[in-house]
Amino acid sequence: MTNATQPSHKPQVALFITCLSDQFFPRVGVAVTKILERFGCTVEFPAAQTCCGQPIFNNGFHAEARQLAKRHVEIFEPYEFIVTPSGSCCAMIREYYPQLLGGEAAWEAGMRRVCQRTYEFVEFLHKVLKADLSAFALPQRQTVTYHYTCHQRGLGLSDEAVRLLNQIGNVQFVAMERADQCCGFGGTFAVKYPVISGAMVQDKTDCIAKTAAQTLVCNDAGCTMNIGGMLHRRGMPMRVKHIAEVMAEAMGIDLDAW
Amino acid sequence: MASLSLPQVDFRAAAAEGAADARLREAVRNNTLRKQEGREARWTELPDAQALRELAARIKQHTLENLDYYLRQLVDAVRRNGGVVHFAADAEQARQIVLEIAQQTGCRRIIKSKSMATEEIELTPHLERAGLDVVETDLGEFIIQVSHDRPSHLVAPIIHKDRRSIARVFSEYFHAPYNDDPPALTQQARLFLRDKFRRSEMGITGGNFLVAQTGQVCVVENEGNARQSLTTPRVLVSLVGIEKLVPRMSDLAVMVKLLARSSTGQIMTVYTNIFGSPRQNGERDGPQEFHLILLDNGRSQILGDPEYREVLRCIRCGACLNVCPVFRSIGGHAYNSVYPGPIGALLSPLMFGLERYKDLPQATSLCGACGEACPVKIDIPRLLISLRRDMVNRRLSGKLERLIYRLWAWGLQSRFLYRVIGALQRWDLRRRADADGWIARLPKLAAGWTAQRDMPAAARRSFHNIWKDRH
Ligand code: SF4
Repeated sequence: MTNATQPSHKPQVALFITCLSDQFFPRVGVAVTKILERFGCTVEFPAAQTCCGQPIFNNGFHAEARQLAKRHVEIFEPYEFIVTPSGSCCAMIREYYPQLLGGEAAWEAGMRRVCQRTYEFVEFLHKVLKADLSAFALPQRQTVTYHYTCHQRGLGLSDEAVRLLNQIGNVQFVAMERADQCCGFGGTFAVKYPVISGAMVQDKTDCIAKTAAQTLVCNDAGCTMNIGGMLHRRGMPMRVKHIAEVMAEAMGIDLDAW
Repeated sequence: MASLSLPQVDFRAAAAEGAADARLREAVRNNTLRKQEGREARWTELPDAQALRELAARIKQHTLENLDYYLRQLVDAVRRNGGVVHFAADAEQARQIVLEIAQQTGCRRIIKSKSMATEEIELTPHLERAGLDVVETDLGEFIIQVSHDRPSHLVAPIIHKDRRSIARVFSEYFHAPYNDDPPALTQQARLFLRDKFRRSEMGITGGNFLVAQTGQVCVVENEGNARQSLTTPRVLVSLVGIEKLVPRMSDLAVMVKLLARSSTGQIMTVYTNIFGSPRQNGERDGPQEFHLILLDNGRSQILGDPEYREVLRCIRCGACLNVCPVFRSIGGHAYNSVYPGPIGALLSPLMFGLERYKDLPQATSLCGACGEACPVKIDIPRLLISLRRDMVNRRLSGKLERLIYRLWAWGLQSRFLYRVIGALQRWDLRRRADADGWIARLPKLAAGWTAQRDMPAAARRSFHNIWKDRH
């Protein structure tokens, strides 16, 4: 396979939108596509894709999740790079597909290839494209804080997103307390154990409020729904955005039309 | 399966009670945050913390894979040193052994140092019921004992209490005026315990580690109370789980290096006691008899399962509790087990039955903070998911739930179904939303979401739809 750290002349990227972003935040997909193209990638969208199977797997339905994993591998295997705006789905593939498909002779090799080629968006910008955003600036000064989503842990990411944000002109970054504490989303956990999940997102939004930032950057659709929902319930004014949306704004990219 | 006499409680209700108690949440949060910061500071001082973790994990895993060999080695060494070894298959046997030792040696006054194994078998209340005078000598455990409470954290048993509630308990217990000054409280306990130490006949300890090669027990502590148990009473009993073994002294060095750092953020605890024999010729203190009770109580069953075996690597440092946002939100009592927090969510169902602890593996967002903190690299989130799988396979999850997930998975298998169902769901959500695109109430199945926070309406068109415009 192609060495991940040395992209070919024009990296061929398949966008894995993920089911939540597809249904709730399609603009993020538009932003990711256009940004990657600006950085010289060819972006394709395999239309057969649905979901990596994470909610099914996490709830213990492993036979069903295995079928979805196979389907996902089949769809994405042909591509040089697979990029997704959602850290948690990326972690699902890289951490748990080996558990689901490891040892299945027909699938093992393809699964490994897909694992090696799958990147979270920020990770791809950082590791493969070695992107530098210092040429771009937001039209107006904006205070920005950042929620470290949990799946950064599994992906071995640390402050890459914050470093990218800090490169953008007119971004005034404000650090958040307990920035890496889980927001309490956890997929179906938020619905099954609302009291616990609610206490967690309460604490998270307390920390966000303390920063007094205008924008919270959060690179995961689930966390965005949870945190955004709590900010709205509590009447707090800050907006939640994916880093791709902030970048698009700084790069002057129109997200309302191709 | 190990037996357990704790009453069964409704986890959701207990968790809600914890979450509703603002004082508790604040106390637990501040305390765990302080410990987390301490641990992180100690870890960054180490030249290669990750390599050390890896080494510790391998030492423990290797020992577990060869436990029969190392147990034999340990037993031989303890006997050579003049100690007596007992095996306890379960809690009942372990308690019986302790009672018999007390009877045979005529001991009535017992001092006990902090130990999770003795907590697990509920030793103190049983000995008290048998008419023995038992006193917990660790300050936290002493407070738990006199207030008839239960520990809520592996390392900090009174993490849920504040000094005012402790002062109230002490004032009542010692018939003394109320005083909530911490040094004064400590002094009160100290005076009381000093007398208990002096008159004690039997000491009971647990063990953080057992060294197979030398037949010794290692107990770490900060108050010097465990050391009293080793030196003053004429009979010493150590009750230790069989998973606490390490092969050699050099392995112990690795574990000790990790334990205090992970647990309290100390480089080392104030006292590191290594012992394991009766008083030898020429020694001025130490017991006349030393008994080591090796406790199984469900451990060998976990050991026999290669998938879950690694949970036995746990050194009970509490780091996973300290970083856990669920633990911070509900406190330790909600888990209704001697083992709370992330590791408790594994140990409790594995030791005492998944049927009994169905909620624990599910009541987590799987954020992974625990696995990242664990000094012996137990993959806690992965194993929690495995327990969820076991629940499905053993049909312990609800019928409706099984139906929903299977339908969901089926819908994701086909691009056509995915699009149709997605479109219907988006339409339904948008229909429920206000003009700004927010939903305040969802119907039954998803009501948990809107009980706590609003729900964003879905997009009018999915990305799949939008992409099609491009071509
Ligand atoms: S599971 Fe790991 S972090 Fe948790 S108490 Fe055990 S050793 Fe410590």
